Order: sequence, then structure tokens, then C-alpha cells
Amino acid sequence: MTATQERPSDAIEKEIGRDRRRKEDQRLITGRTRWTDNIVLPGMLHLAMVRSPFAHATITSIETADAKASTNVVDVLTGADFGAELGAIINAWPITPDQVTPAHSPMPADRVAFAGEIVAVVIARTAAEARDAAELVEVEYDELPAALDLKRSAADEVLAHPDLGTNKSALWVFDSAEAGTGGNVDEAIAKARTDGIVIEREYRQQRLIPAFMEPRSVVVDPTGEQYTMWSATQIPHIVRFALAATTGVPESKIRVIAPDVGGGFGGKLQVTPEEWIAWAVGRRLGKPVKYTETRSESLMSAHHGRDQWQKLTLAAEKDGTVTGLKVELLADLGAYVAIVGGGVPVLGAFMFNSIYKFPAYHFAVQTVLTNKAWTDAYRGAGRPEATYAIERLMSELAAELGVDPLEVREKNWIKHEEFPFTTVAGLEYDSGNYEAATAKAKEMFGYDELRAEQMARRASGDTVQLGIGISTFTEMCGLAPSRVLGQLDYGAGGWEHAEVRMLATGTVEVITGASAHGQGHETAFSQIVADRLGVPFESVEVLHGDTQVSHKGLDTYGSRSLVVGGEALVKAADKVVEKAKPIAAHLLEASVDDIEFSQGRFSVRGTDQGLAITDIAGAVFAAHNLPDGVEPSIDSEATYDPVNFNYPHGTHLCAMEVDTETGAVKMRKYVCVDDIGNIVNPLIVSGQVHGGLVQGIAQALWEEAVYDDSGTLVSGSFVDYLLPTAADTISFDIGHTTTPSLTNTLGTKGVGEAGTIASTPAVVNAVVDAVRHLGVDDIQMPCTPERVWKAINGPGSGGSTEGAAMPHFESGGAAGNQEQPGTASTDGAGS
Amino acid sequence: MIPAAFDYVAPTTVEDALAALAQYGDEAKIIAGGQSLLPVLRMRLNAPEWIIDLGRIESLRGVRDDGDAIVIGAMTPHVVVGSDPLVAEHASLVAKAVEHLADAQVRHRGTFGGALAHADPAGDLGAPALALGAEFVIAGSGGTRTVAADDFFVDLFETAIGEDEILTEVRIPKRTGWGATYEKFVRVAHQWPIVAVAATVRVEGQAGDRVFAEARIGLTNMGSTPLRARAVEDALVGQPVTDDAVRTAAALAADGTNPPSDLNGDADYRRHLATVLTRRAVLDAAGA
Repeated sequence: MTATQERPSDAIEKEIGRDRRRKEDQRLITGRTRWTDNIVLPGMLHLAMVRSPFAHATITSIETADAKASTNVVDVLTGADFGAELGAIINAWPITPDQVTPAHSPMPADRVAFAGEIVAVVIARTAAEARDAAELVEVEYDELPAALDLKRSAADEVLAHPDLGTNKSALWVFDSAEAGTGGNVDEAIAKARTDGIVIEREYRQQRLIPAFMEPRSVVVDPTGEQYTMWSATQIPHIVRFALAATTGVPESKIRVIAPDVGGGFGGKLQVTPEEWIAWAVGRRLGKPVKYTETRSESLMSAHHGRDQWQKLTLAAEKDGTVTGLKVELLADLGAYVAIVGGGVPVLGAFMFNSIYKFPAYHFAVQTVLTNKAWTDAYRGAGRPEATYAIERLMSELAAELGVDPLEVREKNWIKHEEFPFTTVAGLEYDSGNYEAATAKAKEMFGYDELRAEQMARRASGDTVQLGIGISTFTEMCGLAPSRVLGQLDYGAGGWEHAEVRMLATGTVEVITGASAHGQGHETAFSQIVADRLGVPFESVEVLHGDTQVSHKGLDTYGSRSLVVGGEALVKAADKVVEKAKPIAAHLLEASVDDIEFSQGRFSVRGTDQGLAITDIAGAVFAAHNLPDGVEPSIDSEATYDPVNFNYPHGTHLCAMEVDTETGAVKMRKYVCVDDIGNIVNPLIVSGQVHGGLVQGIAQALWEEAVYDDSGTLVSGSFVDYLLPTAADTISFDIGHTTTPSLTNTLGTKGVGEAGTIASTPAVVNAVVDAVRHLGVDDIQMPCTPERVWKAINGPGSGGSTEGAAMPHFESGGAAGNQEQPGTASTDGAGS
Repeated sequence: MIPAAFDYVAPTTVEDALAALAQYGDEAKIIAGGQSLLPVLRMRLNAPEWIIDLGRIESLRGVRDDGDAIVIGAMTPHVVVGSDPLVAEHASLVAKAVEHLADAQVRHRGTFGGALAHADPAGDLGAPALALGAEFVIAGSGGTRTVAADDFFVDLFETAIGEDEILTEVRIPKRTGWGATYEKFVRVAHQWPIVAVAATVRVEGQAGDRVFAEARIGLTNMGSTPLRARAVEDALVGQPVTDDAVRTAAALAADGTNPPSDLNGDADYRRHLATVLTRRAVLDAAGA
């Protein structure tokens, strides 16, 4: 190891801000990687689940003899065959001390509470044999009345869990007068009723299905000293904790690995019955087991999202100055209180006031149990619901006032010079500039021209009307300051952990407790470390998702990985530099005070003497010549607990064309200008924004999980649960303004959920705006052509959807082609 | 999504396929392109013991000229039909319908005859076949017979094909020079149509004085089978090619239909759509 005389010829180009192609994409796209379902272990057995077709029923008998006798079946097990080793599915966030929480067995022995719940598991040598045998398990049920409709369930007409005596799980309330963060909302509303404006609306957040690309899959290997679980999960660390807490296996004996995971959107932020059953079966048999769900099973039994009724009252003065906001929610939990469960609407509680200066605010959510699939986080989790409500209301207020919807927003939003700003919900927004984002968005959009076109189309009575929708959103992301979570009774903290290992040969291993499932952590975190340590981007390897490698972490959700996990990484990298500095001084025969670190080199101030940080790593590995008392390691780790949330914001403008003859809607233009602080990788950000927008637009226009009167999921395949493809979207115009966040070193804000949170109300506002002159002030989501047409042509706003699926597979298959199996061709064009 | 076990045979001639059908009877299902049968099998909505694959019978593929008709082999993939010059010239309505049928993968795997034999009333090919007066050539142990389009579609997923028979080809009378439009209404691109209208018209006269000489209109997903909008057809003949005339005729589009209600719309909404889409399809087909 010799001190080099040369300085690098060029300053290294900064990695942060570069649109690096994602390191992980080749293996993810080609599939040449370890997805859970790819994993094959010696002697591995396969599981198939037998699920209840009934929404609510007592299990009277389960006959497994035929299934057990089926070819290569090892065993068939039911809930009654297990004791405590089956564990329990936990709720980590009881939102009130008196929350009513039904016991949630992974495989109940006596009663099922939603269609799709598991009642038996078949274990066989191949997946096909397990599936075949599952058809032979005969379960007899006594059907019970099912609690399905959210409002009726809230009235306790039919009980989802009769022994609990009520469907009402928890009532969570925030009141600004009580909290001392604002005034009394009822007084504000009363005053507005006499001399101001009151906008009262009820909005529906339909039930959605996360519909991640990779179905859930789990492999359990109970051989060896530790039990290992591979799972297609967002939360390997939390799964490990919950397995230890509920199945009696010491945490130190559990290794959970989330290998490459194909999307989650919150849908894999769960501890699942399937994981717990695989775990119990693997332990019982002492053999590796695998379970991979079908798409049908995924749609039916993986957790759903949203599903609220929102009763909203906004008070304002006659000039449009808002004076109060009252929010009363009913939130459908489904059959059980999931891991976050009722916490999802609570995450929205702080966001209904959004960017506006409401002097008084009241929020209440009643969570309700029903006999439907359980609900939990779905991209945005609480914040899309809040943003939808307030952004629809602000546009309604503008319509009431007869002013441009941007004008009423600007009148009420926090001015850029007013930051930091403590909101009526008690949050401190650190930074933002709503004026700048809005000005840029208007210019990109051609706002005035489109308004002129809208007026012209109205004047001419054009069949196709044009509407402009606005959403000036903010959100709280970067979950979360642990102290705040503690105040909210959440069962864990919100910190994140990172580790930097300087390898002897000059490369760097980075370990993060965040658990990527498509976000691009490997690329973005490599860029951060490359800049921080002055090493090449290619030299950085990011490891994650394996509790044996990444022993501490709180995983990936809530737009937290960069703003919390990235900050932990910065702190760990800085520790590496600090640890290396005295060693560099020793090797350079200089005083520590004279050592400078820049672009990967330690140099002696005022000289051309220097050493690369990778040279120090080599010197530490050899440990031949270190200062006295210095350990032979510059590896470092850091755990970072955020001091505040993080508040990205933006202005989204959407133009929609509405065919008034058919109700068909067509997106004409979509512009968003998001302020997400400093950007590490613009390409990844664009991907997040594009994907987020489509997911939010899909809520506005296409997606809805519909149950029929007996509690069967009607939209149980992608024939009826409409996911958009690229063919259904347009090219979005995305831009940014930059107000660096003050709550982390890099000045970054979360972006993973922003597009989804912002876009839904922008689209619905646009659709409503297009036909408002025809007497329409609301259209229930999704804004199907039928609902739009009915809103234009009659009273009501296109109520509930007909509870029937398209018959293409059901009738065609079940009845058989021409009802004569074996005759002419049974298949066709799929169309 | 693993189908139940089945045995598989892939004959190379129609005769062998018919023999297999005769041998396995109602324990067998025929597979063409598999775009409807495979999902059914994978969801275990059906579990035949035998699958008879027509994919290796070369004689069932291709499009040929047969004098006053063109003939489309039952196993011709949609993508071939959609790009065939004979189809474009003499049965452009079919080309238009195929263009936006499902998605690219389905158009490559799915077959013309398979889709028609499946007889999904929401399928894109039934209404054009009906409108064009196609004839269905069906082979059985006693030889072949020809069934007119009006007699082919019997009910939901039910056709005139007998249980020991195979659809081999579809003859479509040439309508050279006719205008054609397939007006398809969907919420997302890859969806089955909520309603679609297949219109092909022959217009006579000079610009400014054009009249409908003939009109043939089929409706997709307006009942348990594809339907002809005969009332509209009759009302159009002799009428000028104007928005008003077409609007009046198209108002009859839902007469005699019995559309389904589902997540995408109720029957009344579909009836309304049929009138709007028919007007648009006819005007577009007439080049108006």
C-alpha cells in the first residue's frame, strides 16, 4: 500500500441526479433470478389450499379420506389438526384501546368469515397432485347470514362475527379544538350556515385489489439449525417478528428471505394465513414445502384496499376562505383486522386538510367488520382517500362560488413563505412551494387554451365535452417517526437500518433494512453510496430482504425507503469515512486534523499526498500497519429514526373528454408537477410517477372489487376486475419543482405513492367538470361510461354496479361448449 | 392454475380428428387456438379426459378465393385473417373486427373458426359473420354440410355444430367495394366488447346525392347470440346518406334484442349504446 501521487484526472461525475438504468432490471425482466416460486429444495412438498366458497358459514364436517388416498398425497390437514403451533394472524395497530378485534386463525376449524378463507391444506409431492386432491376434500357448511354492505354492517343488522356482538371495531377521533391545534368545527359550520357557504357531500371510495404482478408464494425449509422462510413479501423483518411472536419459535431460529419480489403496492405488506400454514406444515412434517397462489386465489383472498364511505362537511366564508372541515368515515375492514387494518384510515386523518389553512378540523372514522376479504394498505394507504375527498370538495366549493378551481385553492393554501407550517391536524410541514408547482403545471398544460376550448365546446353543444380536473395534493410519507407511531399505538417503530461493508478488493457491500419489490433500491442506493464514498457506481452491491444478511429493518412501504432508509445509509457511509480517517492519517504520516476526504480520497491538506478509501479498506483487511488501539475494520452501520414525516406535494392537471352520447371518457392530457425535493435518479422517479398515475387513474375509471348478495367476489378475474394496460393510457407530461426537504441530509421526499394519491381526484374532477353544466356534481368511482351517461341523463349519479360477471369463462366452461362436451371446437379467440 | 390431467391427441387430418371425436365422444374437447378453453381448464371449470388438438391439420389453415366467396380455414389465426388481402378486399368488415380483437397475443394464438365455434355472444367475429351472410362448412362422419349464418348461432356458447362434427371452414360471400365499420365499445382495450356493431353498406349515387342501396348490420353482445339488426337494415335502404336519416334508422337497433346486465352496464344502457354505435358505424361505413 503506497501513497499515490496523482489526483484523479477528472472530478468524478456526481451519481445523484443521474438517470442511471436500473441495475436490477435485466434479471427482473428476463426472470433469470430467484422469485419465490422458482425456488426448488430437495424433497420439497407442495401445498394446495381448500377455500370456503361461502362468505359466512359454520364448518360442520371436513372429509379428507379421498384426498389423502389420492396419488402422491402426503397428508391433508385442517384447522382442527393443529394446536397453538399454527399461530395467529396479528393486528399490529389497535387504533383504540377498546378496538373489537376478532381472533384470526390462519385456518379456522369452526367457522369461516369470508369467501376464500382456508379450511384445509393438501400436501403432495407435486403442485398438480396437491391441486387434484384438493378437489376431493369435501367440506360441509351451514351457511350463516353474511354482513356485506358497509353501511348496513355498521348498523349491526347482521353480524360478521356473532360472538363479538357488534360489527363496529373502533371509533377513532381527532378534533382540533380538543387537540389545541385549531378551533371548533361545529361552530365553524354553524356560522357558515348563517352567513357563509357549506358544502356537504358523501363520497364512496370503492374497494380495490392491489393486483401485484407476481402472485404470493412461500417456501418453508425447516431443515437445518434455523427454519427458513422465503416469501414474496414486502416485509421480511416484520414477518420474522410475527412468526416468533405467534408460533413459539425463537426469533433467533427464524430466517425470513424476501428474494426478488414482483410488486406489492401494499398488497404484500401483510402477514398471511398462507405463510403461517406453510410454516406450520413444514414444521409438522420436517420437510421443505412450497405454496404459490393462483391469480383467482390472489384476487379473492389477498387483502383488498380502500372501501370507505366519506361524509364530508366543508365550511367557508362567502369569499371562499375555508373555515372548517368535518370528516366522518365508515371504513370496511373486511372479515378481520389486518396487520395495519384500521390504521389505514388513521394514516389519512392528518391529510384531509391537505395544503389548506383550515382553522377548525374534526375527523372520525368508524371501522367496521364485514364478511368480505380483509382490507389493508394499498398504494397511498389513507392518503389517497383524504386527497380525493378534499380535492373534490375544493372543486365543489369553486363551482359553488363560480370561480376557477385553482383560484379557490390558491386563496386557501399555505404560502411558500409561511413554511415551516403547523397544520390544523398537528403536523409540521417543513417545506413546499405550491405556487411554483402550480405555475409550472399551468404552463405545461396550456391551461388557458384548454379552458377556452371547453367554453367553445359548451357553447356549440358539442357531443364531446371537455373537462379540466385539478389536484393540488400533499401527502405525509417516510413512515415514520417512532415516537409518533408510539403515540398512535402502532406496534412497532419507524426507523431504518443500514450497513456499509468495505471489502478488501475495493468493492462495497451495502445492506439495507428496506425490502425492495420493484422500486429500484439497488440502483438508487448505489448512487448515494458512490457519491458519499467516492467509489464507482458499479462497485456497490446492495443487499436486502434476507434477515440473516440484513438483520435489522422495517421494510418497504409508505414511501419510506429513500427518505428513511437512504438517510440511514448516508449516516452509515459517513461513519465509514470517520473510521477510515485516523487510519489514513497514520498511513500518510499526517495529523488527523490535516486529513481531508473528497471524491473517495483522503488527502493531506496542502500536499498532493493521498490514499483512496478503497486503499484504506485493503490496509484494514491486512491490518499490518494500523494505529495503536484502532480496530481492523471501517465497516459501519447506522439506525435512523426520522424526526418528522416528509411532505412531497404537487399540482396535477387533467383534461378529460366525455362523450355525452355514450358516457365514454377519454383522457386528453395529463400534466403533473411534483415537488419531491432533490432527485436521486430521474429515470426511477419517472417510472414511479407513471406507474403511480396509472394506478390512481385506474381507481377513478376502471377498478372495483364487487361482491354479489351472497358475498361472492364477482370481479374475481381480470375479465371483470379491469386493470388498464399501456393501450388505455396516454403519454403523461411530468415535471418537477424542487424544494429540498429539511428533514433529511439528501433533501429528498418520497415519490412512490405520490402519483396514485394525486391522480384520482384530478381525473374525477375533470370528468365532473366536463358535464357540470349538464347538472352533474358527482359521479361515483369508477366513472364507468354507464355511470357517466346515467349522471347526464337522469337523477342520481350512477349508483351501484350490477352484481354480475361477464359469462365468458363461467358459462362457457361450466356448461361446456354447446352443452355437448366433446363436440366441435370449444375455444376461440378469447373475444 | 393447473388443469386437471387429460390425455392429448393431435391428428393431422380432418378424418383422423373426426375418428378421435367418434372414439372419445363426450369425454373429449376440441382445442383450436386455446384462448378460451385454456383458461377454463386452468380454472378447473371443466375437466375433459381428452383434448383433441386441431393445430396440426394444415388443410384447415389459410384464406382462398372461391369465385363469388372467399373461404377462411377454421384454424387460420386471427392475425393472418386480419392481414389477408382477399379479406381486406372482399370482406373488409372481418378485417376491421379482427384488427382490435382482444390483444396481440390472442390474435396470434386464437383462430377464426375457434372463436366462431365458441359462440361467445361478446366475441368479435359473430356479428360480422352474421352481417356478411357467412356459411359454415361442417365436417362429420357422413361428409360435410353447410349451415347458413342465420342458423349457425343457436344460443349462448351453442352452435349448429353437432357433437360428432368439426367446423372446417367459413365461406364469406364477396361484398367487394362495400364500406365497413366495426364499432366496438370497451372500457379497456383488451376487454370483450360491452356492445359492438358490425356494419357494412353499399352506397349508390354521386357525392351530395348518395343513398343506401344495401345495408347489413350485426350486433355483438346484445343477446345470447350475435344478432342482425334487420329493422335498421330495412329502414336504411333507399335512404339518403345523411346524419338524420341514419339516426332515424339506427334508433331501431335495439329492437328485438335481449342484452345482458353486468358490471359494465345494464340492459337498458346497452340498448341505448346499440343505437348510438349503430348510427356511428353506418355513417362511418358509408364514408359520411
